[in-house]
Amino acid sequence: MVSSSGEINAADLEILKRAERQSRLGPKIRKFCTRNPLGAAAGVVLIIMIVLALGASFFATHHPYEIDGLQTFAAPSSLHFFGTDELGRDVFSRIIFGTRISLRVGFIAVGISIIAGTIIGAVSAYAGGWVDYVLQRIVDALFAFPTIVLALAIVSVLGTGINQVITAVGIVNVPRVARVVRASTLSVLAMPYIEAAYCMGAAPVRVIARHILPNVFAPVIILATAGFGTAILAEASLSFLGVGTPPPEPSWGTMLSGAASQYIRNAPWMAIFPGVAISIAVFAFNLFGDALRDTLDPRLRGSN
Amino acid sequence: MKYVTQRLISIIPTLFIVSLIIFGLMRVLPGDVAQLILMGPEGEGGAARAEDIAKLRGELGLDDPLIIQYFSWMAGVITLNPGDSLWTGRPILEELFNRFPLTLELGILATIVSLIIAIPTGIISAVKQGTPLDYFARVFAIVGLSVPSFWVAVLILLVMVTYLDYFPPLGYMDFHEDPVKNIQQLIWAALSLGYIQAALVSRMMRSSLLEVLREDYIRTAHSKGQTERRVIVKHALKNAMLPVITIVGIGLANIIGGTVVIETVFNLPGVGRYLIDAIGRRDYPVVQTLVFFFAMIFALANLLVDLVYVQLDPRIRLA
Repeated sequence: MVSSSGEINAADLEILKRAERQSRLGPKIRKFCTRNPLGAAAGVVLIIMIVLALGASFFATHHPYEIDGLQTFAAPSSLHFFGTDELGRDVFSRIIFGTRISLRVGFIAVGISIIAGTIIGAVSAYAGGWVDYVLQRIVDALFAFPTIVLALAIVSVLGTGINQVITAVGIVNVPRVARVVRASTLSVLAMPYIEAAYCMGAAPVRVIARHILPNVFAPVIILATAGFGTAILAEASLSFLGVGTPPPEPSWGTMLSGAASQYIRNAPWMAIFPGVAISIAVFAFNLFGDALRDTLDPRLRGSN
Repeated sequence: MKYVTQRLISIIPTLFIVSLIIFGLMRVLPGDVAQLILMGPEGEGGAARAEDIAKLRGELGLDDPLIIQYFSWMAGVITLNPGDSLWTGRPILEELFNRFPLTLELGILATIVSLIIAIPTGIISAVKQGTPLDYFARVFAIVGLSVPSFWVAVLILLVMVTYLDYFPPLGYMDFHEDPVKNIQQLIWAALSLGYIQAALVSRMMRSSLLEVLREDYIRTAHSKGQTERRVIVKHALKNAMLPVITIVGIGLANIIGGTVVIETVFNLPGVGRYLIDAIGRRDYPVVQTLVFFFAMIFALANLLVDLVYVQLDPRIRLA
């Protein structure tokens, strides 16, 4: 590799670079799968969900809003895999389209909470002093609300609708992210290499980008996957209570409210399948998040 | 004692900011509150006359400067008179006190149920680590975390309605009047509310006990010839309990919040239902007060948990 003059030539450098890039993803995924079979299975479920969401029109058998007055409360059959609801809409298709809503709420709400929480946490830790104190008191206050209550309060102000739900769920998750990022940043800031970087003349921005953020990355990823499960549950709860995604949109939570509870004796499939969908989705995110945490930070393994 | 007062005082700044957040939220409304109340969110209540809107605004004190509005609300809260409901015109606190015992009982029952399920499960899981029993318990715990509580409630209703011919009771039986009927009504709701907490506590019990069992003093106890049971009960459990209590404290928020949903499913006239109904009716004074109330209850519950914690582990008091 090293030429006789003691220098690495350009071609070898290219090989080294390519090897490094390859070693990043492929083998790591394989290692993840062998060490965490459950997590890998959960990951597959998540991929299936994403595929279903993207190709909903392809996988669904009926249009999710299609009303069929003659087929109300039909039991599961080969025509309607999961039966129909009180308006004759196909439950199976509505569940498939509901994947879109859940994933959309999950992604955007988690995105909001991660971005806002990271900024607040990092600024809090970095600035210190009274900025830190004030921000932490606000975070404490946000923690004082039970999740659903805070989401309800926000939604009662903003009104019902999927964007409002996303905002509410996003805001509700911010305190947890902020706290974890602050703790992480504080521990990184205490490291000697930060001081070394400053001594070498690095600007604060570079220090943040190059040193702090990568070390905060792991806990944030874990928070993101956990937050996804929470977001899906929160949206379902809000929709169930009637203040979330409004009908006729096929949110799994909305599907469980109203007629599903009323006619539960005659048409139990209306209540069973949406709940199963929610459970599987949240279950998959929880498992995947657990496996991810075990991989990224083995010190946390076994604790919660 | 000093610790207690210290902790009590530290709640106040938090609650102050909580009240600011609630107040700010309610005032951030893009629309006119009075108009919304009279005409409904989409204007379906029909057109309201300008005089009516102005009158309602005056009644609600919406024309006063924000600071005055905030202080008059907080003054009301502190003097235990946070105003009247817009829907019934009756004092909010009256309704709140009527409903609170039910919600409190539900919360306590749910916590007890969750502990009864979780602690033995966690202990068995830890002691028999690696066996199918452990595996089963852990899967049960993770499933419990993923299943929505209102769905479990609906399923329980399904089972009760289909197989046990159960109909939701028409009147709520007070505990003092008829304890048996009261528990009968609430136990299913408590179960739906408590099992998620059970999953969390069970996991924490397991991991905490596992850590404690690795300690040296446990090995000493074994080598002194203590029976397994004595080792666990006398030495391990006490130390393993501490993180569990923390989790119970954190879980109280979920239980308090969960009453909102569970009371809706089981049609129980508690504080949670009150909040949902108020939101539906846009009864903002009630919403404001109830949200603050929930936050306050949660803060107090956490305080209680902290105090219990300190009793069990004197090292904390000195820290």
